[in-house]
Amino acid sequence: MDLIAQLEAEQVAALGKEIPDFKAGDTIRVGYKVTEGTRTRVQNYEGVCIARKNGSGIAGSFTVRKISFGEGVERVFPLHSTNIDSITVVRRGRVRRAKLYYLRSRRGKSARIAEVSNYKPKAGAEA
Amino acid sequence: MRSGLIAKKVGMTRLFMEDGKQIPVTVLQLDNLQVVSQRTSEKDGYSAVQLGAGTPKVKRVSKAMRGHFAGNGVAPKRKLAEFRVTPDNLIEVGAELSAEHFLEGQKVDVSGTSIGKGFAGAMKRHNFGGLRASHGVSISHRSHGSTGQCQDPGRVFKGKKMAGHMGAVRVTTQNLEVVRTDADRGLIMVKGAVPGSKGGWVTIKDAVKKKLPEGVPFPAAVKSAAVEEAPVEAPVEGAEE
Repeated sequence: MDLIAQLEAEQVAALGKEIPDFKAGDTIRVGYKVTEGTRTRVQNYEGVCIARKNGSGIAGSFTVRKISFGEGVERVFPLHSTNIDSITVVRRGRVRRAKLYYLRSRRGKSARIAEVSNYKPKAGAEA
Repeated sequence: MRSGLIAKKVGMTRLFMEDGKQIPVTVLQLDNLQVVSQRTSEKDGYSAVQLGAGTPKVKRVSKAMRGHFAGNGVAPKRKLAEFRVTPDNLIEVGAELSAEHFLEGQKVDVSGTSIGKGFAGAMKRHNFGGLRASHGVSISHRSHGSTGQCQDPGRVFKGKKMAGHMGAVRVTTQNLEVVRTDADRGLIMVKGAVPGSKGGWVTIKDAVKKKLPEGVPFPAAVKSAAVEEAPVEAPVEGAEE
């Protein structure tokens, strides 16, 4: 392992984030820490994960899309951000693409994603 | 004025801070960094330390350089660099320098040889705008355009920005912040990019345009002396608290 990979692995271990097994198509809820003045609270953001980028290392990130008051909203979260309190998988979706950018041009019925009926966690990954 | 350090650029990564900020950092590694010789005003007319880093195969070091290293009682080094210092900041020959030479939060200047771009056009080399994509322009969309006036002066002025060789020159990036140091592995992490390719040698110095912070080690952070100095340093740290 080269030094950069080693440093990144150490940092991932030091941050100690519990990241569930999820992929594009899954509906997830992200607890994001918001600081207002001096007070910090956790804000939930729930939507469909439409992309995961740059693996599961320190550089990894994911995009969550939701429809808020009729307007499509997308947020990109760094996977290991210290501002993320929790990530929970709400629903597992069945999709055939790694990036669901096609959802941007769809509304309503055509933007639905079927649920996985027989989800099995990958060997070695926690549910 | 104290000495700088020679380091090897390892690569870039990011650090997550407690407050949720991410900092892009370049990892620089000290590789067997030692003082090879000194320049003194009596002998050389100026005072400086010559540092050496890296461990080459001895058979690849020229005989003359082998003599230089042997004369100073230091193992052969791959990269040598001189740092001008004031006479009171001279470091003894053979001293091994540590990454604690720089403090976290300190600003430094990093110099290295930039990545070579070969023969580059005026758009890439000097940020020219190029010509239009249409409206009768043919073949020369990325050309530099006019290079001067008419019969008077009848020549192109010296220093006109044109296409040519780009990169592979010594570049200094000023005022980079030291985010973290790791003395055990000899790592220094500075915020932002540093000139040169991965595996290239760079020199790190105290920033010339910023005030030196309190508590930097003088004349340098020496590895072997750290054990001996520990009792001396301990009361100083206690006094600060």
